Amino acid sequence: MAKFMLQRFIGMMVTMLFVSILVFIIMELPPGDYADRYVFRKYAGSGMQITESDLRNIRHELGLDKPAYVRYSKWIYGIVTRFDFGPSFAFETSANVVIGQRIWLTMAILFSTLILTYTISIPIGIYAAVRRHSIVDYSLTVFSYLGLALPNFLLALIMLYISVNVFGASVGGLFSPEFEEASWSFAKFVDLLKHLIVPAVVLAWSATALQLQTIRATMLDELNKLSVTAARARGVSEWKLLLKYPARLALNPVAGSIGFDINRIFSELPIIALVLGLPELGELLIRSFIDLDMFVAGAILLMLTFLVVVLNFVSDILLAILDPRIKLQGG
Amino acid sequence: MSASSISTENMSTSAVTAKESEEALRYYSATQWQLIWWRFRHHKAALFAGTVLVVMGLCGLFASFLSPYSAVNRDKNYLLGPPQMIQFWDQKGFSLRPFTHGVTTKRNPTTLRREAKVDPDVRRYIEFFAHGDSYRFLGLFKTDIHLFGVEEGYLHLFGTDDLGRDLFSRTLFGTGTSMSIGIIGVVIAFILALFIGGVAGYAGGWIDYTIQRFTEIIRVIPVIPLYMGLAAAFPKEWTTMQVYFAMTLILGLVGWPTLARRIRGQILSLRDEDYVVAARVAGAGAPRIIGRHLLPAFTSYIIVDLVISFPYMVLSETALSFIGLGLRPPAVSWGVLLQAAQSIRTIQHAPWLFIPAIFVVVAVLAFTVLGDGVRDAADPYSVSEG
Repeated sequence: MAKFMLQRFIGMMVTMLFVSILVFIIMELPPGDYADRYVFRKYAGSGMQITESDLRNIRHELGLDKPAYVRYSKWIYGIVTRFDFGPSFAFETSANVVIGQRIWLTMAILFSTLILTYTISIPIGIYAAVRRHSIVDYSLTVFSYLGLALPNFLLALIMLYISVNVFGASVGGLFSPEFEEASWSFAKFVDLLKHLIVPAVVLAWSATALQLQTIRATMLDELNKLSVTAARARGVSEWKLLLKYPARLALNPVAGSIGFDINRIFSELPIIALVLGLPELGELLIRSFIDLDMFVAGAILLMLTFLVVVLNFVSDILLAILDPRIKLQGG
Repeated sequence: MSASSISTENMSTSAVTAKESEEALRYYSATQWQLIWWRFRHHKAALFAGTVLVVMGLCGLFASFLSPYSAVNRDKNYLLGPPQMIQFWDQKGFSLRPFTHGVTTKRNPTTLRREAKVDPDVRRYIEFFAHGDSYRFLGLFKTDIHLFGVEEGYLHLFGTDDLGRDLFSRTLFGTGTSMSIGIIGVVIAFILALFIGGVAGYAGGWIDYTIQRFTEIIRVIPVIPLYMGLAAAFPKEWTTMQVYFAMTLILGLVGWPTLARRIRGQILSLRDEDYVVAARVAGAGAPRIIGRHLLPAFTSYIIVDLVISFPYMVLSETALSFIGLGLRPPAVSWGVLLQAAQSIRTIQHAPWLFIPAIFVVVAVLAFTVLGDGVRDAADPYSVSEG
């Protein structure tokens, strides 16, 4: 087990290294560099003349005249040692400050989505498999199709429309205006939960659709196994039998796909955040890509991806513990 | 061998089985593609979905003929106007020729907005093969004939946007752009996947290992943020055409890993089959073995994967253009059109701006259903569940 974990851990580190290189390449892709944009933004309004030597000075100051691998090492060194993601010219502060304000809200959305996904998909998926061809089973198929076919921003707009017109919630954002500036209290927490419902439901929809299908399919496979028939023949009660054999095994793929689910959620988050006006990382990512505020964009991309990688690692370990059939060597 | 023995057995019995044997003969002598088609034909939903997609594709292809106006023609008297109905009768009675009511625009004295009002006294008759904005038909010859139009004024089946451009025409043009981006994107992804997956599966060993690890690393980055990062790199001064091709390129670049995995897996499982070894012994090179001997064995599976990956391409394009990082105006695509429908205020004031979204949903649903049908039909030798 220890060897397996070590192997996976090294694998994770290697993946992180390559991901950081990829992210750095993406940061370097847009034409022009940080100095160009910085100068443009700084002096565009003031009408000051900028000479080539000014640009050169700024480049030198920021180390932009060095070759790419030096800049990469400097960037990654800052992140690893000082947790410093570099400057943000659009906000005229460090990327850490810009991101720090939003990271907790992102996590709140992420985990409420995950909880919603699993609390819905696990019981209903199991039920649909046990009662095959029932109304629940068929409506599940329709639900899944819809979840995969509706563009999520459209779903977000529909949900927003319903929540505004039916439940009288305020439009978008994470807090009602009266709680925006208030300090944390129970009332504010409830207000936050109310606002989390729409993004969580929208994000959970397609994730739930996929999970339901997986759980249902695994359950169907497991229900036909001889172990189930044997247990039934021994006179084990239907409930106990269900929970003991197929349901337990049907949860394995769920544990194995946490990283995958988070990957999907992060993929959909920016657009939904944009539509719903959520002040979180995805929306910031769009803005910084449009403004070419690449240090911020790179920092967010790196964080989101690292979280996926780490959770992939966790779910690998979890799966190995849950399912002894998994080979512990290599792979 | 089994085919002929069964059919001869059947033929020697009565006349009732003669027909059966004919069918059996037809079945056993059919090519794989015929079998796939026969089975696919029974999947009514998939057949319908396929038809819908063909119609959509044709709409996109002949957009400039089918739409009454060009994508940039502005009706300055009907800004953000609701859809106009085609009617056969009104208070003045029935008319065999379809018509729509005229529109007069007045400034609202309180809000100072220009508001369009339907004038029920004015009938504007629909003309077929009407003259309108000139365009090049399929890029071949110049013409100004459109399928329909009205004699005077404008007809807006889907309403207009805030600049007074006809949404019906723009949706048709957008259909063409979005579907073609999806198709080219899938083709690029397929070519990359064929090459990379083919090499990985055929060579095996450390090459396979490296490629596999690399694929995994790409797949770890959330897709839309990755697209966004690549799309952010387009220089602002690029022309519409350049952005269009760059979009198809990044869709393909990000989309290949899933396809590559399937191709690699299939090649890996087939490359030690006797007939492949025979080909190798006979001196065939790797490209010939992959292309001539391995690929045909699982073409149907690849087609399934291509069909399934198409909606992701379309949705990604829509999402990217929607947030302003993909195609930009004056290009017209579903995503660009939906950019106007970004806020909840739009739903309340101009819900018709969401009409393009219906096209997106229908296209994606149709591709999903079609994919299901093709998947069921792809392996014609398996026994169907019924």
